[in-house]
Amino acid sequence: MSEFLQQLLNGLSLGAIYALIALGYTMVYGVLRFINFAHSDVFMVGAFIGYYLGKLVPENTVWGGLVVLLAAMLGCALLGMIIERLAYRPLRGAATLNVLITAIGVSLLLEYSGQVFFGATPRTFPAVFPSANYAFGSLVISSNQILVIVVAALLMVALQLIVYRTKIGTAMRAVSLNPKAAQLVGVNNDVVISFTFGLGSALAGAGGILYALNYPSIDPLMGVMPGLKAFVAAVLGGIGNIPGAALGGLLLGTVETFVNGSQWSTYKDAIAFAILIIILLFRPAGLLGKFTVEKV
Amino acid sequence: MPKPHVYLLAALIIALGISHVSDKIDPYHLDVLTGIGINIILAVSLNLVNGFTGQFSLGHAGFMSVGAYAAAAFSLFVGPRLLGSAGGTAFQQGCLFFGALLTGGFFASLAGLLVGVPSLRLKGDYLALVTLGFGEIIRVIIQNVEFLGGALGLNGIPPYTTIFWVLAFVALSVFVVSCLVNSTYGRGFLATHDDEIASEAVGLNTTHYKIVAFVIGAFFAGTAGGLYGHFKMTITPTGFDFTKSVEIVVMVIMGGMGNTLGVILAAVLLTLLPELLRPIAEYRMIIYSLLLIVLMLVRPQGLFNFKLGKAKT
Repeated sequence: MSEFLQQLLNGLSLGAIYALIALGYTMVYGVLRFINFAHSDVFMVGAFIGYYLGKLVPENTVWGGLVVLLAAMLGCALLGMIIERLAYRPLRGAATLNVLITAIGVSLLLEYSGQVFFGATPRTFPAVFPSANYAFGSLVISSNQILVIVVAALLMVALQLIVYRTKIGTAMRAVSLNPKAAQLVGVNNDVVISFTFGLGSALAGAGGILYALNYPSIDPLMGVMPGLKAFVAAVLGGIGNIPGAALGGLLLGTVETFVNGSQWSTYKDAIAFAILIIILLFRPAGLLGKFTVEKV
Repeated sequence: MPKPHVYLLAALIIALGISHVSDKIDPYHLDVLTGIGINIILAVSLNLVNGFTGQFSLGHAGFMSVGAYAAAAFSLFVGPRLLGSAGGTAFQQGCLFFGALLTGGFFASLAGLLVGVPSLRLKGDYLALVTLGFGEIIRVIIQNVEFLGGALGLNGIPPYTTIFWVLAFVALSVFVVSCLVNSTYGRGFLATHDDEIASEAVGLNTTHYKIVAFVIGAFFAGTAGGLYGHFKMTITPTGFDFTKSVEIVVMVIMGGMGNTLGVILAAVLLTLLPELLRPIAEYRMIIYSLLLIVLMLVRPQGLFNFKLGKAKT
């Protein structure tokens, strides 16, 4: 039983990170209807911002950790907005395939620029937050796990407030529903899309720091697998659906952790894709998504 | 204009001719030529799926790995039984290799069928992700199979690949793909690409065409994998990753989707480029990715596509 609880806890903290990344995919898909492949590399850049800044702030302090976290979010938001402005905006209205290919191009550009500028060898992420382990019987909870779950929950609540309680959030939902009609009632689509990228990328940046705290070996290709799995999480929950992304992330993280703890642990990287294929075959709109009928 | 069969025959004779003088060609050049040939087969076969039929597959390297492993396993495990301890004559080895390549192609097309079936319901970026996911699943499975060498890969594959086999399969893949899309039956691929809903409205079974495209594309990717394995003599599961798939996709896009000649030119250029850029090898992938972005922004119809009004994808 305690083994089960331990795995569940590990799964939830991994799932919370997947959920943070998945939110970025799902928001961008909501407004632009395409998969931002570069999102997973924004996540990687977030971890590297943390790596370089982590050397400047004193280790093991709460404020130092928060500074690193906020700086990574800010840096990633900027990066996301720059990517949108330079690579995606000129292609607005082009065939989806062209945008998809561009996104893959941006993703590869970030990965391989990272390999040249950061170096391809893995680095050890500094312990920017104070860490401790708390034991409850045989159940061990690390402060990093609590941190991940708390920060992720706070960010998701903040996101929910932004999307449903602010003017720009209303505009985001309007663009997602119908971009042309939104424009007609005075929404500036460019600003909204740029903001969406900024918001999603900031969450990816936070995810990068949290991931690096729990798995403190970072390299320029670290984003690929978590990114793909987060995307699966977004599809699992219903792409374009914000609570769905959070649910999908938690589910996927938990399932993966349980597989990792079982005799099939070597298949853990395949399980996400198997879930993706099954969900797309039987419920392509995801768990919380709505079905739409294609119109001619 | 002569029939395409004449071209195929001519190409095979040229391949035989070149293979006869291959001792006199510099081994380095021969290696580069083999690499070009394998990439042409991959690009031309992916072009059937991505270019002509308009489906976006990101799993071509996965099919290639299935073919490479199946062909290598055939040569390594079945080969010695058929040839005996003496190793057989050159002709027997050739027959065995042909069988190995067909085995590779067969297993790859079986995998293509597996991917093709879910693709009926998916479009665009979803399909891209599912094919990518299949590629990853294939890699994880191979890593876990003991007799395929696991994560270490298969070693000691007999070096059967000669320039003749490469050129012959290049000719065969180009011949099959261009004859297929230019036939009455093959118009269905183009119709599926141009407008799926309209094609279904006039009674075309677009699902059928998509699956056929996947299966044939995968078959040639499998033979290319077989050629690659018997050329490098060692294969590892990580050698056929996402990057390899992207490399093939770049060839197809650069050549202009659905333009066989352009795709061949792009495959030649993109195989030669890393050889020429060897001094700045670490920037190679950066150049690739920039090329991809700039191409999409400036010339989305492809570098070698000069037909106007064909930019629609």
